[in-house]
Amino acid sequence: MGRYVIRRLLQMVPVFIGTTLLIFVMVYGLGDPVAAMFGDRTPDPATAAQIRHDLHLNDPLWQQYLIYMQHIFKGDFGKASNGQPVTELLGTAFPVTLRLTIMAFVIEAVVGIALGLFAGLRRGRFFDTGVLAMTLLVVSIPTFVTGFVLQYLLGVKWGVVHPSVGEGAPFKDLFIPGLVLAGVSLAYVARLTRTSVAENSRADYLRTAVAKGLPRRRVITNHMLRNSLIPVVTFLGTDIGNLMAGALVTERIFNIHGVGYQIYQGIVHNNPPTVVGFVTVLVIIFLGANLLVDLLYAVLDPRIRYA
Amino acid sequence: MPENTDSVILDSAAAATSGPALIADVDKRDKPRSLWNDAWYDLRRKPVFYISALVILFLIVIAIWPGLIATGDPLQCQLINSLNGPSSGHWFGYDQQGCDVYTRTVYGARASVEVGIFSTVGVAVLGAVLGGLSGYFGGWLDAILSRISDIFFGIPILLGGVVFLSAVKGGSVTTVSTFIILLGWPQLARIARGAVITAKEQDYVLAAKALGAGHGRVLLRHIAPNALAPVIVWSTIALGTFISLEATLSFLGVGLKPPAVSWGIDISSASEQIRNAPHMLLWPAGALSVTVLAFILLGDAVRDALDPKLR
Amino acid sequence: MRGAKSAKWVVGAAVIALAATACSSSDDSGSKDKAKASSGSSDGIVRAWWGDPQNPLEPANTNEVQGGKVLDMIFMNLKEYDPKTGKANLEAADSITTTDQQNFTIKIKPDLKFSDGTPVTSSSFVDAWNYGALVTNKQLNAYFFADIDGYKAVHPSDDPGAKPTSKTMSGLKVVDDHTFTVKLAQKFSTWPDRLGYKAFAPLPKEFFDNHAAYLAKPIGDGPYMIASYTKGTSMKLVPNPNYTGPSKPKNKGVLLKVYTSDDTAYADLQSGQLDVLDTVPPADLPHVKSDLNGRYLNQPAGIIQTFSFPMYDPAWSKPGMEKVRQGISMAIDRKTITDKIFQGTRTPATDLTSPVLGAAGGYSATLAGDAVKYDPVKAKQLIQDGGGLPGGHMTLGYNADSPHKDWVDAVCNSINQVLGDNKACVGAPTGTFADFRNQITKGQMKQPFRSGWQMDYPLIDDFLSPLYATGGSSNDSKYTNKTVDNLINQANAEPDTSKAITLYQQAESQVIKDMPVVPLWYQNGEAGWSSKVSNVTENAFSVPVFTDITVN
Repeated sequence: MGRYVIRRLLQMVPVFIGTTLLIFVMVYGLGDPVAAMFGDRTPDPATAAQIRHDLHLNDPLWQQYLIYMQHIFKGDFGKASNGQPVTELLGTAFPVTLRLTIMAFVIEAVVGIALGLFAGLRRGRFFDTGVLAMTLLVVSIPTFVTGFVLQYLLGVKWGVVHPSVGEGAPFKDLFIPGLVLAGVSLAYVARLTRTSVAENSRADYLRTAVAKGLPRRRVITNHMLRNSLIPVVTFLGTDIGNLMAGALVTERIFNIHGVGYQIYQGIVHNNPPTVVGFVTVLVIIFLGANLLVDLLYAVLDPRIRYA
Repeated sequence: MPENTDSVILDSAAAATSGPALIADVDKRDKPRSLWNDAWYDLRRKPVFYISALVILFLIVIAIWPGLIATGDPLQCQLINSLNGPSSGHWFGYDQQGCDVYTRTVYGARASVEVGIFSTVGVAVLGAVLGGLSGYFGGWLDAILSRISDIFFGIPILLGGVVFLSAVKGGSVTTVSTFIILLGWPQLARIARGAVITAKEQDYVLAAKALGAGHGRVLLRHIAPNALAPVIVWSTIALGTFISLEATLSFLGVGLKPPAVSWGIDISSASEQIRNAPHMLLWPAGALSVTVLAFILLGDAVRDALDPKLR
Repeated sequence: MRGAKSAKWVVGAAVIALAATACSSSDDSGSKDKAKASSGSSDGIVRAWWGDPQNPLEPANTNEVQGGKVLDMIFMNLKEYDPKTGKANLEAADSITTTDQQNFTIKIKPDLKFSDGTPVTSSSFVDAWNYGALVTNKQLNAYFFADIDGYKAVHPSDDPGAKPTSKTMSGLKVVDDHTFTVKLAQKFSTWPDRLGYKAFAPLPKEFFDNHAAYLAKPIGDGPYMIASYTKGTSMKLVPNPNYTGPSKPKNKGVLLKVYTSDDTAYADLQSGQLDVLDTVPPADLPHVKSDLNGRYLNQPAGIIQTFSFPMYDPAWSKPGMEKVRQGISMAIDRKTITDKIFQGTRTPATDLTSPVLGAAGGYSATLAGDAVKYDPVKAKQLIQDGGGLPGGHMTLGYNADSPHKDWVDAVCNSINQVLGDNKACVGAPTGTFADFRNQITKGQMKQPFRSGWQMDYPLIDDFLSPLYATGGSSNDSKYTNKTVDNLINQANAEPDTSKAITLYQQAESQVIKDMPVVPLWYQNGEAGWSSKVSNVTENAFSVPVFTDITVN
């Protein structure tokens, strides 16, 4: 067990190098950022040449990457296009996004599993159809619309909540954005749970548990749910990344200066340090989340073992 | 059909007890059915299967011959009609450019259904194969495949889209679908992997292995049917999100090249006008809903048919 | 079972660690939050929308509106543009005199101080301008100093590898603490009117001595000073007690808030979380007046939008194609597009300048004449006479990271209607602005592409020389015509303003005839405001006049 965890932690090293290199090449692929700095004006050749020189843009790509990595090991993640150190951006954006992710994750896990469980137990009945209809709704209506409508009705028209998230992103402001962000994933979680529950409701161990005379609630939570959760947990694990990095639309609607927004800024301004820094931290989080999921398999299903 | 030869082993064991006279009889009436034949037999008795298959067939027909139910031209737009509501002859109203929403919804089916089906099939096949292998064999294969998928997870769609699709000078359904497959497979691979890890510890798999079944046989006949459910469930919902994703890519200027018409593009431009002209959103979003519904129902029916526990 | 148990333990520890980081981060950001949230319009402070500046806040390095907004508030230049008329008035300068249109003597008002208490002297200007011009300082607006004698020595521009031979421009000489002289490379009668541009702002000693500290909290001599600045989030400005100029703030300060999107800012404005918003999202324009009870302004600003033909490509520039280019211009129904797509926040263009110049400044409502009038029959005829679109169809390029798609599609639809071919013109998006600009500056565009111009200073010269003179800094279509060049040169040297303007307009007429660029519409400045503030106006650069805003 311990060795397994250590092995997984060691695997982070090549992934770290692979990610930084890949993203570095991709941002490089966006093209020369200097022309855009001058707006709608043709760059002054002397100034542009000076900027290119100072950003090492004239060096070959592998050399730029080495220079970047050298700085990283000194703890210097470089600077965003407006001169702000990337470490500072990481320090402000990640806590905010983490809170939003926790909010969305809790909503999606709790509500999604509950909906899926009841739909699976009442297959083909009214409740089940209702969950199906909700799924269709969230799949076919863009996040932008749900976000905008909730913001307009609750924030502007009825004044129940603040329409935007205040500085520091307090949890009370994050409920609506969290709900919007959780929306589509909620549909996946509910349907995955439903199918799994429906499948397991005919399993032998359940019949045994019922025959043993266990109370219904215990049968459902201890036996049925626990065994139905593996696909759901896998999905939730992979979704942490989507929630953190893919929250751009939600972050824009609710004025959250989080990870998705900063990556977007980095891409728009063609700034490798910002994008590489953020994506690298994200990938480390995925690695952690996936390790957690793999360990959870063993908790949920004692038959699964890691050597 | 390799499945047929495989099934002979089990059936011959059963036949041995019932005597040689019966074998010929069984062969004539009802050839020994494989799991997949069984599933097909099952499916044919389900109304849900027929309804969803009919809807999908209808969508495909419309995608090929949109002119069958729409007489207008989706690119014939008079700005003077911008955002006008429904009127006679134009029951669904106009969009911001003054194009007829009904005509555009009908003509949008082709690109959307193509992107949806191509990407979903691609993601499902690639993800299920890679995820299945890495879950079944574990070890170094799992380590490599899983870490590669971790890196792919990290690529922001905006960055990947702009870099990849501008590099390949994209703009067609093929390039957009290829891109979606590239970024989409890791999540499905994780789900398939998880399902396979559970399935491979089940008694019937251990039993099959103990009986000397090879890897291919165990994976295809014993693990695949039992691990397929989450893959189907995920894919049917993903079909809808992929159709919307195409719009995001087009919105970023790297998706389908103008003057392409698709539900995704229309839904995204309708989103901006939601307070001024909600009718713009209704039809393309409705069409997307119906498509996803058809595929979810079809997926449920196929899954039920494949599930050995339901027999 | 052992495996399962230890797995539980690891998972548990990880969850606790995750929760712990969440808590600690909530604590420190929470306390910051309280301090910031309390500043609002209740204490006399105006809360205004802001976009994150794209460059460090150095005057000669700021070439976009959001950074410029702050510089306007914290700096007083030698001259400042009147918010209503756009006229350049003396402010920090006592006098600017010349006898030969080439040598200028500038006297500064005595006793001017920066907000940190240090005096504003002649060296504050001379050092700042030398800093801005020196190529190794990489200032984006360096070319603004190009008219000064000795610029080539500090900014050798032709060869990218060349090193500067001097750190200071020989044309700038300090006479005493309050007097300095400027020698230009050649005669330029209206040069002093450029001095309102913020690249010409004075800089305090701290800028040179402790650059990092300066960038964290810039210091100026303007009506406001920066009280606090959180990069990427907000900036709080309060009145500068050392300011003695004419625009003393009528409020107790301004809080600039960075928003991720205009839509959010609009929602905040409606619900009273924001006081001034100077960019209303297009989709909200149909109902902005009712949403805000009329607290909305929409007035001309110094911005013109156009699209350019690649005049370096013979397919578009060979003789006879001018008819096609004119025909395309006449095939665009500007009135309907500005009404339906922009809800009247754009005005169909009638020349190549902007209404903010006024008739006396060179704007004309008739100069382009029929060339910009929608006339489907004549347009089709002209395009056919000229040999039709090259290859039978055209694309209109734009960058997709800004909202251009709607109007580009509308322009193409308009052209398609005229030609009776629904695929004659289609939009051609490019993913990023950087990529788009790279293709343009390298001359790789083979098809028309969107272009636009926001004035630096309210003079007709600024709308012509950079855009249509041969080799002009923003001549993206690479248009060249000797007649135009000669007329512009004559106008620059002409000391009489009205004569100069007549010459500029003759050049403009020639450009319209050649139509290397299709004028589309003038962009207006807009602003919406909350019921908590009054007296919201905008200057000719479509920036709110913050000093005049009062809090109710």
